[in-house]
Amino acid sequence: MVHEMPDEKKNKPGRDKRIDDLSADLELSRYSRKPKEWQACPISSLPRDVLQRALEVGVVPDEDSRAATYFQIDHSVVSRAVQEIFRDKIEIMSTKEAIRKYDWFKNYWWKLIRRDADKFTLLADSMWDQGYFIRILEDQKITVPLQSCLFVSTNNLNQNVHNIIIAEPGSEAQIITGCAVHPNVHSGLHVGVSEFYIKEDAKLTFTMIHSWAQDFDSRPRSAAEIGDNGVFVSNYMIFKPVKSLQMYPVAYCRGVNSKVSFNNIIYGSKDSHIDAGSKVVLQNEGARGEIITRAIATDNAKIYARGFLHGEHEESRAHLECRGLLLSDNAMIYAVPELLAESQGAELSHEAAVGKIAEEQIQYLMARGFSEKEAASLIVRGFMDISIFGLPGELEESIEKIVKATAERAL
Amino acid sequence: MTESLLEVKDLTVEVSGKRVLEEVNLQIAKGEVHVLFGPNGSGKSTLLMTILGFPAYKVLSGEIIFKGMEITDLPINERVNLGISVAFQNPPAIRGVKLGEVISHWIPNVEEVDRLLERINFPRGFLKRDINLGFSGGEIKKSEVLQMLAQRGDFLMLDEPDSGVDVENLRVIGGVIDEALRGRSGLIITHQGHILRFVNADVAHVLINGTIACSGKPTKILSQILREGYGWCMKCPMRKRISREEING
Repeated sequence: MVHEMPDEKKNKPGRDKRIDDLSADLELSRYSRKPKEWQACPISSLPRDVLQRALEVGVVPDEDSRAATYFQIDHSVVSRAVQEIFRDKIEIMSTKEAIRKYDWFKNYWWKLIRRDADKFTLLADSMWDQGYFIRILEDQKITVPLQSCLFVSTNNLNQNVHNIIIAEPGSEAQIITGCAVHPNVHSGLHVGVSEFYIKEDAKLTFTMIHSWAQDFDSRPRSAAEIGDNGVFVSNYMIFKPVKSLQMYPVAYCRGVNSKVSFNNIIYGSKDSHIDAGSKVVLQNEGARGEIITRAIATDNAKIYARGFLHGEHEESRAHLECRGLLLSDNAMIYAVPELLAESQGAELSHEAAVGKIAEEQIQYLMARGFSEKEAASLIVRGFMDISIFGLPGELEESIEKIVKATAERAL
Repeated sequence: MTESLLEVKDLTVEVSGKRVLEEVNLQIAKGEVHVLFGPNGSGKSTLLMTILGFPAYKVLSGEIIFKGMEITDLPINERVNLGISVAFQNPPAIRGVKLGEVISHWIPNVEEVDRLLERINFPRGFLKRDINLGFSGGEIKKSEVLQMLAQRGDFLMLDEPDSGVDVENLRVIGGVIDEALRGRSGLIITHQGHILRFVNADVAHVLINGTIACSGKPTKILSQILREGYGWCMKCPMRKRISREEING
């Protein structure tokens, strides 16, 4: 199996100086490389404060309610297990284990993302601290979600994970990934390299929830390759403050009728500096892409909400929708939608709107008996409507609680 | 004398620096349903929005009394919670806020909501939809009437419930409104008066250029308007008398 290296120069998304500044300011040497060592154990026996934080990002302690679980704290793999009934359907292990186990693993390693793409990929390559390998075997439809948690328990730690996710032909699965920190962790740097391979007729829904700390920096680097009739749904949410977050996941729709949907809910508060985008490259006939982003900025938060649609093939289509809600005069949202068509038949479209809560909507809800504050809270909560994600019931319920609390805190 | 539920006294209202209502007086007794006719731009919706307390409608003088309490300076939600319910003509769409959230705010009981939906022939699926987002004209009317009914006010205000609704749906909506108004008070704004085929009203008023030009029996006034249009109201001796009084100060 040969994967062509993506032409990053050709596909380079629109950038401005601000992103480079955001990363240039990060001095890598200031982070610790001395993690706390954790022994392997069932998740349920982890300390309560770890479990509580994990739960907030959708990772449940009851492993029986997930088809498979991967749990990493700092640089240690604490748990990786597949439920008995899914044993011959799913593989889950650390990438260090996978690289030892399978010769073919190298065909997926650093194939969608260049090792030298930036200083963070170089860091993840030179100081690699595990990460997960998940593989859904051919034609297996996994009806119960899988979960993974990347947790930081040591203050000011640098954690560099590299994840490989493979959905073999005809398979279907839903993965929930939570990234969180211990309540005592205030600063640190998480670099997460993730390479997704969605093969022909496979469907993968990947839901990631971030919950960092006010002085924490995060640099996810993700890319996906989608084969013929493959479907990749990527849901991303962040509700807690972060010092800086910068990411620009890219999906290459390489197969005929391949599809990707990026759904992002970004809530920036305190002094968060978030530069988050999604990119879709349509490379074959019938390729379809969609990016939906909801960004809310309050306090002094700055959010750059980017989207890039690249139509390389005729008879391909993609749409980008970005809505921003500004809740403070000191906050900022900069929506940057970009469309690049390189084939006559590629249909690319976008809509972007940034503004404050419409008075008209508040007054309407007041006429329905809600106080001004309740009305605003309803609107903010509605803005972060997660029903578009199609999440499993209990996960949707728990995220709705977080959204409700976030909306109430926002006002 | 019948007790007043709503009393509007000498109300003068400005919108974006322009006077829209001029010394309007209106008294609606308990159990009475009033209809407000008037040409486009005469100030009908302004009167409704002012009674509700929308801040863009600035009261320059006069007062609004509801259940014996002056509400002229109360915020919208406090007026509504006193017992005023409304069905808007052109409500905004609110992305992400589900119709069901508003309904359950007033009626937590699911069976009761189902009964209400059935009465208005509105599919349950609408409760999970964003309020008014992508709704057709008829669906907006039903959504508005549904919310108004859920609010269970003693005083119902409806802004053109009959505009843009097909005959079948008008029959359904009209029947539900008529039933809801039994034993309650209401103010219905209508342009063409179609709703009066289904709803019994006690008093009608014609609003011309921001003033109530005349009041009387709804059927009589409507037939006059349908026959001669609002041009007749402009020439009406009563209207002329009001204008003369205005000129003479």
